[in-house]
Amino acid sequence: MSGICVSGCGSNTNLEKLLQLTLNGLMAGTVLAVPAIGLTMIYAVLRFVNFSIAGHMAVGAFAGYMLNAWAGLPAVVAVLGAFIAGAAVGIASDHAALRPLRGYSALTLAIASIAVNIMIESTIRFFFGGSPRDYAIPLRRDWTLGFLHVGPQQVENAIIAAIAMAILFVFLTVTTTGKAMRAVADNPMLADSKGIDPDAMARLAIGIGMGLAGIGGMLVGLDTSIDPLVGFRAILSVFAAAVVGGLGSVPGALVGGLAIGLSEELSLLALPATYKSAVGFLAILVVLTLRPRGLLGARA
Amino acid sequence: MINYLIAMATFGAIYAVLALALNVMWGMAGMVNLGIVGFYAFGAYITALLTLNAHAPIALGFLAAMIGTAMMAALVTLGLTRLRDDYLAIVTLGFAEVVRIAAENEIWLTRGTDGISGIPQPLKSTLGADFNAAYLVFCLVVLAVVLWVLERVRTSPFGRVLRAVREDAQVAAFAGKDVLRFKVKAFALGGALAGLAGALYAHYSSYIVPEIYVPLLTIYISLALTAGGIGNNWGAVIGAFVVVFFLESTRFLVGVVPWLSAEQLAALREFLIGLGLLLVLFFRPRGLMPEPLPRLVKR
Repeated sequence: MSGICVSGCGSNTNLEKLLQLTLNGLMAGTVLAVPAIGLTMIYAVLRFVNFSIAGHMAVGAFAGYMLNAWAGLPAVVAVLGAFIAGAAVGIASDHAALRPLRGYSALTLAIASIAVNIMIESTIRFFFGGSPRDYAIPLRRDWTLGFLHVGPQQVENAIIAAIAMAILFVFLTVTTTGKAMRAVADNPMLADSKGIDPDAMARLAIGIGMGLAGIGGMLVGLDTSIDPLVGFRAILSVFAAAVVGGLGSVPGALVGGLAIGLSEELSLLALPATYKSAVGFLAILVVLTLRPRGLLGARA
Repeated sequence: MINYLIAMATFGAIYAVLALALNVMWGMAGMVNLGIVGFYAFGAYITALLTLNAHAPIALGFLAAMIGTAMMAALVTLGLTRLRDDYLAIVTLGFAEVVRIAAENEIWLTRGTDGISGIPQPLKSTLGADFNAAYLVFCLVVLAVVLWVLERVRTSPFGRVLRAVREDAQVAAFAGKDVLRFKVKAFALGGALAGLAGALYAHYSSYIVPEIYVPLLTIYISLALTAGGIGNNWGAVIGAFVVVFFLESTRFLVGVVPWLSAEQLAALREFLIGLGLLLVLFFRPRGLMPEPLPRLVKR
């Protein structure tokens, strides 16, 4: 979180600090919800946890980087490229590596997706190296609202994330294709008997899911910097968001993203910042113990 | 060259013990564990801190590493047994990351990212230049003992119950077996062995640092086990040596493609590991040496 003072910045009272962290958490959570929705959508249709979401976040981050830092496009436009790159690599890698293994257990597919993830991340590392890179975005002063400080880039990221999710919700609830996809997720056999092509739906789910991962990767990178592991470092939080909300539930992933974003920021009141990703881990454990299907999940 | 081979064989033996530990948890008790590196780190830090800070004898360090990690593993299992396979994969991965993050942050105890150096090497002053060769023999003996014990466990009534629990926990429970107790015991045994592997590494390299214990190492060990054959002890050992051989032989790519930078070679190596794992899943999903099953069982 750039430019926001959390402690030791003068006369901040505890209440002010709490409000500041809540604001940060909501913005971070909105961004986090994007890849979490990607993960949960793929899970809803294909019924396995796809670990390569991390690699696809990096794909989107680097595609956006090329468009932004090399081609000079503004970040808002480059995000579209991040979506397309994530979607394209997602469909291709699934077709080549994971589709032949369908029919094996969910665990085999999860492990195969880890292999895919390693291959994607190492390919990026091969061409771009491992050291961090920055997007070409103007440095802007934080906005001040009373005692609250907000980074303009964070606000922009949260808005981009919100728009992406809004488009997705409309797609899923209004269009025939979106309804068909939900039908497949709900009951594949019934959907099949109604003439919905499950393979096409699987491809679409992976395309949209990994495209969202690409956007998420770029948004995370805009906030900090990018390297081939930009997605991997966030993956525990992304998993936590999807699991807390209920794997397979799109609204759940949004709620989960906000919940994890908030708890990670609020943890700063008690813990050093480096323990942030441990918060996601704890959240997964607590939710799975108390409510194994997650907050909004339909089935365990 | 001979020194290099000795070092590689030592790594092979340590990874083999680790792969065997994973096999107890994953292969025998049927609980996925993508956090084996967390237990490995735990064992290494226990013995490093005991022998260095408390000047405990190295043997005591090994023992404490095994017992401490076993207790940790048993504790972790209690929180995990009810979880489904894919959740287990996520949670165990998270567990190992939390261990690493803690090792990075609790600088007062672990010296953080500087790592702990000067961990005593057994009989180093007496053996001098022969230390590496002697330590290899020690590792191989430990590996042989572990393998022998685990083969006994596998064919014992305890091993049979574990297989039953793995295949169908409800039936095992119906047959009067306390499923949770068996899982905890298996995890504790696996944890003890992972702690042992951690101690073997710490007293060999004499230096440990959190960045050793990254998820990629878990992937290496999982690849070793998957390639060797989940459930098969011999497969785990052979898989570990194959992985180390594979990792090391790719180092010699430098000679073949000299225009690549070190970073690119490292990336290429990682890529090949991923590809290797994928190819095993494609062509030998039950590993090179599938689990030996009792003769009456047909699949």
